[in-house]
Amino acid sequence: MSVAKVFTRGLWQEIPPFRLVLGLCPTLAVTTAAKNGLGMGLATTFVLVCSNVIVSLLRKAIPGKVRIAAFIVVIASFVVIVELVMQAYFYPLYKILGIFIPLIVVNCIILGRAEAFASKNTIVPSAADGLGMGLGFTLSLTFLGGVREIFGNGTFFGHAIMGEAFQPFSILLKAPGAFICLGVILGVMNLISAKK
Amino acid sequence: MSDYLLLIVSAVFVNNILLVRYLGNCPFLGVSNRMDTATGMAMAVVFVIVMASSITWAVQYYILNPFGLEYLQTIAFILVIAALVQLVEMFLQKSVPALYRSLGIFLPLITTNCAVLGVAVLVIQGEYGFVDMLLFSFASSVGYGLALILLTGIRERLAVAAIPVHFRGTSLGLMTAGLIALGFLGFVGMVH
Repeated sequence: MSVAKVFTRGLWQEIPPFRLVLGLCPTLAVTTAAKNGLGMGLATTFVLVCSNVIVSLLRKAIPGKVRIAAFIVVIASFVVIVELVMQAYFYPLYKILGIFIPLIVVNCIILGRAEAFASKNTIVPSAADGLGMGLGFTLSLTFLGGVREIFGNGTFFGHAIMGEAFQPFSILLKAPGAFICLGVILGVMNLISAKK
Repeated sequence: MSDYLLLIVSAVFVNNILLVRYLGNCPFLGVSNRMDTATGMAMAVVFVIVMASSITWAVQYYILNPFGLEYLQTIAFILVIAALVQLVEMFLQKSVPALYRSLGIFLPLITTNCAVLGVAVLVIQGEYGFVDMLLFSFASSVGYGLALILLTGIRERLAVAAIPVHFRGTSLGLMTAGLIALGFLGFVGMVH
């Protein structure tokens, strides 16, 4: 498979978390606004690309039996970097994402890509795979955050767009709204791809 | 005494770890198709969360804090959890084979269940003492099991209902979870 194809696969064909239903916790928890979704997505992309590269470089050195533990250590190191950088430079976002930044470690997308792709491929396709999946994840999170922000709060990236008379569906910003919104989007995506 | 009761009610219902704090959703949707797998997973989660929280609590207060290594929290916790799950698996296999057969297949899955790491981190953030930590981790995991079993009960029934074909499976599971979460929203305000 060519590098370009590996990259674009993450953007539609296997876009997480809609097609590859993994990493649901951050998807549901942080998408109360488009901006938070974008921030979470970019943080995850960084960890995903770096961990894919390192895992791919070490794929011959890591013994099969302890590979999961080894992958987790690699991922956790990059998560700590992200955590410290965000705490230093993006403090308000760090406060909002809160517990979900350390929890990037257990985001199944990252471990899943390390196991399913990076541990079997060379460095360039692995980086492309990480970047594609990461950007796909960012796109999905921003989209979901956008939908919830527009209908739940009447704003998009903080700008009011729905006019004065709009009554926000504030339930969308709470937990039930997150589940139902994601469920409906998944169903609609199944519908669209079935029509093709 | 009433403090402990409030802590338990709050962790099980008001701040349900799954439906309000959104932790541990992947296995939540993965194993909620059949009741026996769901109860197995629920028990395994209670067992691992209570053990993992106790050990990570000790690691935080007796190793990381005295040496000023708080920034290693994430790495240390996930390593402890991964090692613990592996040990528990080996121990159960050797000495309690009956329990191993019912919980065994769920244990490896639990390493990447964010509820385990999540509760461990929440315990540290909440600055709980040892007894509070035990109660909180137990009550949180019981809340997880409760939500999991509720969803499974509904999904087993929906499996035979006439649902538009594109909305079956995960999509419907998420919407069902949303409606259960709506029910749990009713508990908000009981405890702050």
